Amino acid sequence: MKRYVYFNDDESIHELFCDNRISNRKYTVLNFLPKNLWEQFSRFMNQYFLLIACLQLWPLITPVNPASTWGPLIFIFAVSATKEAWDDYNRFLSDKNANEKEVWVVRNGIRKHIQAQDIHVGNLVWLRENDEVPCDLVLLGSSDPQGICYVETSALDGETDLKTRVIPSACMGIDFELLQKIKACGVIECPNPDKDIMRFDANLRLFPPFIDNDLCPLTIKNTLLQSCYLKNTEWACGVAVYTGNETKLGMSRGIPEPKLTAVDAMIDKLTGAIFVFQIVVVTVLGVAGNFWKDTEARKQWYVLYPEEGPWYELLIIPLRFELLCSIMIPISIKVSLDLVKSLYAKFIDWDLEMFDKETGVPSHAANTAISEDLGQVEYILTDKTGTLTENKMVFKKCCIGGNFYGSESGDALKDAALLDAITCGSSDVIRFLTVMAICNTVIPTKSKSGDVVYKSQSQDEEALVQAAACLHMVLVNKTANTLEVNCNGSLRQYELLDVLEFTSDRKRMSVVVRDYQNGKIILLSKGADEAIFPCSYTGQQIRTFNEAVEHYAQLGLRTLCLAWRELKEDEYREWSLMFKEANSTLVDREWRIAEVCQIIEHDLEILGVSAIEDHLQASIFINFGCVDCNLMNGVPETIESLRRAGINFWMLTGDKQRTAIEIALSCNFVSPEPKGQLLSIDGKTVDEVQRSLERVLLTMRITTAEPKDVAFVIDGWALEIALQHYKKAFSELAILSRTAICCRVTPSQKAQLVQLLKSCDYRTLAIGDGGNDVRMIQQADIGVGISGREGLQAARAADYSIGSIIPFFEEIDSCAWTIFLQPHSISIPILLLQVPNYMLHTNIVCQSIAFSFVSGISGTSLFNSVSLMAYNVFYTSIPVLVSALDKDLSERTVMQHPQILFYCQAGRVLNPSTFAGWFGRSLFHAIVVFIISINAYSIEKSEMEQVSMVALSGCIWLQAFVVALETNSFTVLQHLAIWGNLLAFYIINLIVSAIPSSGMYTIMFRLCKQPSYWITIFLIVVAGMGPILALKYFRFTYRPSKINLLQQAERLGGPFLSLGNIEPPLKSIEKEVAPLSISHTKGRSPVFEPLLSDSPNSTRRSFGPGTPFDFFQSQGRLSSNYSRNCKNN
Amino acid sequence: MSSNPASSSGGPGSTDPSAVRRNSKRPKYSKFTQQELPACKPILTPRWVISAFMVVSIVFIPIGVASLFASRDVVEIVDRYDGECINGTKTEKIRHIQGPGNKACTRTLTVTKHMKAPIYIYYQLDNFYQNHRRYVKSRSDQQLRHRGSADATSDCRPEDTANGKPIVPCGLIAWSLFNDTYSFAVSNRNLTVNKKEISWKSDRDHKFGKDVFPSNFQSGGLIGGASLNESIPLSEQEDLIVWMRTAALPTFRKLYGRIEQDLQPNDVINVVVMNNYNTYSFNGKKMLVLSTTSWLGGKNDFLGIAYLTVGGLCFFLAMLFTIIYLVKPRRLGDPSYLSWNRNPGGR
Repeated sequence: MKRYVYFNDDESIHELFCDNRISNRKYTVLNFLPKNLWEQFSRFMNQYFLLIACLQLWPLITPVNPASTWGPLIFIFAVSATKEAWDDYNRFLSDKNANEKEVWVVRNGIRKHIQAQDIHVGNLVWLRENDEVPCDLVLLGSSDPQGICYVETSALDGETDLKTRVIPSACMGIDFELLQKIKACGVIECPNPDKDIMRFDANLRLFPPFIDNDLCPLTIKNTLLQSCYLKNTEWACGVAVYTGNETKLGMSRGIPEPKLTAVDAMIDKLTGAIFVFQIVVVTVLGVAGNFWKDTEARKQWYVLYPEEGPWYELLIIPLRFELLCSIMIPISIKVSLDLVKSLYAKFIDWDLEMFDKETGVPSHAANTAISEDLGQVEYILTDKTGTLTENKMVFKKCCIGGNFYGSESGDALKDAALLDAITCGSSDVIRFLTVMAICNTVIPTKSKSGDVVYKSQSQDEEALVQAAACLHMVLVNKTANTLEVNCNGSLRQYELLDVLEFTSDRKRMSVVVRDYQNGKIILLSKGADEAIFPCSYTGQQIRTFNEAVEHYAQLGLRTLCLAWRELKEDEYREWSLMFKEANSTLVDREWRIAEVCQIIEHDLEILGVSAIEDHLQASIFINFGCVDCNLMNGVPETIESLRRAGINFWMLTGDKQRTAIEIALSCNFVSPEPKGQLLSIDGKTVDEVQRSLERVLLTMRITTAEPKDVAFVIDGWALEIALQHYKKAFSELAILSRTAICCRVTPSQKAQLVQLLKSCDYRTLAIGDGGNDVRMIQQADIGVGISGREGLQAARAADYSIGSIIPFFEEIDSCAWTIFLQPHSISIPILLLQVPNYMLHTNIVCQSIAFSFVSGISGTSLFNSVSLMAYNVFYTSIPVLVSALDKDLSERTVMQHPQILFYCQAGRVLNPSTFAGWFGRSLFHAIVVFIISINAYSIEKSEMEQVSMVALSGCIWLQAFVVALETNSFTVLQHLAIWGNLLAFYIINLIVSAIPSSGMYTIMFRLCKQPSYWITIFLIVVAGMGPILALKYFRFTYRPSKINLLQQAERLGGPFLSLGNIEPPLKSIEKEVAPLSISHTKGRSPVFEPLLSDSPNSTRRSFGPGTPFDFFQSQGRLSSNYSRNCKNN
Repeated sequence: MSSNPASSSGGPGSTDPSAVRRNSKRPKYSKFTQQELPACKPILTPRWVISAFMVVSIVFIPIGVASLFASRDVVEIVDRYDGECINGTKTEKIRHIQGPGNKACTRTLTVTKHMKAPIYIYYQLDNFYQNHRRYVKSRSDQQLRHRGSADATSDCRPEDTANGKPIVPCGLIAWSLFNDTYSFAVSNRNLTVNKKEISWKSDRDHKFGKDVFPSNFQSGGLIGGASLNESIPLSEQEDLIVWMRTAALPTFRKLYGRIEQDLQPNDVINVVVMNNYNTYSFNGKKMLVLSTTSWLGGKNDFLGIAYLTVGGLCFFLAMLFTIIYLVKPRRLGDPSYLSWNRNPGGR
């Protein structure tokens, strides 16, 4: 399970590990054809087409020329194979590019320029500034005397800030010339390759002549991962530990599971159903045909049936019918589906309303295959930070030692009292500011103008450091182990001893520093209140802080508690050893570290609480009149309209419960009492969670009948228990509840929730912007990523990426948000588009079947090859494209009546009766066309080619009118397609009729000259469309569907259009916000309070001072749900 | 020192390149891409639907009457002769028809109404499946057209070769060529039957070659129907050309010739039928038809009746909808029918 990497040892290791050749290719030149064909033929539909095409090669049974199937089939396969080949070729080119890049590598003691693909594990690799890292390296040296180097990891995790990397302590100041010369002068013991880019638990040991032969722990901080860039550092060198496809990046590259849409599944089902229908037809007609042949056909001497047929004779007639029916599953369906889907995707790319003017990022549909599912979404799961809010953090208020700074309207930075306290040098305040400035992982860099610019991975930390700088506590410089702070003009220096890093489970971070001025060792901590308060020293009055936390949370601010403790020299030394040991464990290192950190983080003196504003929360202050209205951003209205559309909204966030609820209220996520009710599920033990869950479930069941918005709140800990032990109950709850707030959840829990909803057969859409949302986005049926401030990671993993969600909400008038969910007409899901396609073919097939009854059940095709092929490929695909562009309701109407979306989701529109209706109609049309054409063209006119042409033109005319009747809005395109198609039919057939060698030579000219032809066609159209029109009119007027009603209202105008005032969304929101906001001035309000606790059935949640904070101290929790790769958020 | 809270994490639009990108990435505006094409959105209002049905009925009834009149104007004499020409049981009939004896048979037809020239002579077969799959495919268009393609008989099985040589014209259709002949006399005066130009001109010119002559035809073991004069090119074998235009239905008429003189009422026509063609084995009827023609073709009431029926139904529907509309008016787009307005809280 481990690998040992010896430095600079190129011989012995070659066989053990792969070289650095990167290969993302799927195919090679040799295996391309078989592998690609195999993949294409693994779909049922393709197998079916192949079977039909092969059967058609048998001239005895084929009704038409085999070319009519082989042509389109080969074309389709060639197109997708070419696309695959092109993609693969591009991958090959980029691989080649990366593989042949020149790098400096030590070979036989000399630095040499070699190609990147020749790097082996154990090689020493030298990098210059702005070089790309060719493979995973363990850093050994850098140009920086402190052993620091900076890397940009945007290719790896999408984060654009610079990260620091340090050389291992053992390698400090060693002689590189010597290192280069001597073989196997050190060994790295590291785990086998994995894809965790946040973890690298390894050890390093140097051999003599290097003095330090101690075991030195390595972490991810000591590595340079493939595809990162070296920045702000002249040079760095490292030893290759993972190469080629075994690097962290290579391992995580895996192609995510392709997403199948609901429609794909339905199409397969439909195809299956049609196949069954075919089998029935084939069996019945096959038996009848063989019977007729044996009884009647033998008497028809002119047919000359041989007395003794070959053994397969019985099969011939059924197979002929199978081929006649095969057109029911048209080959063109695959092409037209793909075409329509990519058109929808293009519409998303093109949409100006989805273009983010601020960042200049247009929306992009990366996955064209799932566009139609956007209309089927039932659950939206959204990350709070940066999705609903802008993720712009601003330090607003603080509470230091019981004094509140920052008034209701202004922020603490301008609070005179605070500024005074700073100038007076109040020790509490200074210490508070010191923690703000030091206790973080922010990197200060000097910009050219001399200002200090901070780079950080966490927005909160950045906001704190910025604020500290404003309050005259400026973090000036930071090196590997020294910190310089400019406090009120005087420079203070600290030695940075240890950093106890933030993890989402610890929920706090600490640093241990030594003050150079007085030599004291100090522990500085900051973290969530429930992570810090339990660590406070006994006797500390945390009541005020508790109140502060609660108060700030009510205002929707993110709170952090800052604490501090002086350490004794020997206490630190003792702990330092343990910490070092924990740091070098290979198994469960993070957990061990957390345990060790726990040991020192106690008896803290809590200094204060800081409150940071996340952008959206500003809307809460709207009633204070000091925040401009733009900050409302339309989020509440959008959420309201989506909820009325029957789309359930879940918010999954890493925030505090209070903050989350506050944001949820402010963006209309949950309605306040008495309209809404918020139930809370909590508890720290299995039993408590169970009790609470059952209670909530009971309330839910009771209230489902009432017109009341019931939502539940659950935190990560309770969720873990609920998912582990009470999955069934929780699923039921998930189904019952339209809204849920999950706070303090980890990325994997987010993905689990998506999985849970998916397993209940719901269509889910996940929106997120950060790296922590990637798993949720990949898991969901539709993943939407925002290329926001947290990097591109989410956007890259997503099916759809958008610049920012804010502009959509701003343009609420044009209903952009709804458009995004509904790229086209809302009532016709794409599958329904295919139904006419199927049905048009059914029409033809039914006629063929009917014809077989007058042709001795022998399987003669009424239509000739040319017509069938043109019908298959051309005449039917155009109406499909037309209906794809049809819009039944204008966006405005949809916006006013979002409920309509709920009624239009596929499950409700596409039911067996709709289907039967379509089938019945095409059956009716087949009968009309067939009866009329064989009767009008009977006796002396019953010439085969003529009758077939009359029937076919009857079909085309009817089809044009059916499509016209089903089309809701006629644009130029619709007219062009419907009537142009009809015209094209005549033009094509006239052209074919002009070719002497074709079977239908002169037929069309002949027909067009006959008055009886036009009279027949006219009769077919009226007889076919009359009943359809009458039925449709009757249903439309007297049994209207919801869509019909809205259509009537929209087209006729009148008072109905302003129906919005029956349920005025905008006004009601303002009303709801008003009392809520006023309540904040009083701190607590009767309106707000019951929402959380006082509902009779909900569990009471109290945060009083007496509550024991055993929340975090239980070791069990630490070990059970340790999540490894999440950062703060 | 530096109290300037500079935005540090590369805020949006802070650098020039992104401003350039912003413009280049902006989607272009067009009515199509923004799905804003001007559209006409008709709906089915009562007025529109009722007037549509009304218009259709007004148009249909006259057309129906006209077609019916056209069909009624056609004078048609139909005489079934297959039963009358041979007596006996089915096996006897079959034996007789396949035997060598004299098959001539005289029929007498009486003209009921004035028949204006040209009078078309048809033979009508019944229960004859010219559309049978095995039959309809058994021909070689290539062979019929080109002199050099005599060997292109692969589709013609089982009548492709005889005595080791290809049959021209090959295939079941040609092989089963109808071979009854008729000669007409009115009051002992022979009527000339014009058998020229009874087939389609396009077939004579392009489908059947002028230089293709029948060969090896009906020389195999089984004799099907008529044999062909080997000195006349296929393009002039008009009976064959007519026969090769296969019928779509088992009951069909094929043109035999034209009488180019008027026939008066009560004229008695004596027809001598050479009853050669075997329809007895499959119980098919054979009929001789004399018919005039109209602008719609032969006698066929179907279109007229269908038009009158459909026109009447449309009129009925128009009336029905009008009555319903007057009796039970219903305002279109009434918001109270929306279920969520009736039950605001429910899903």
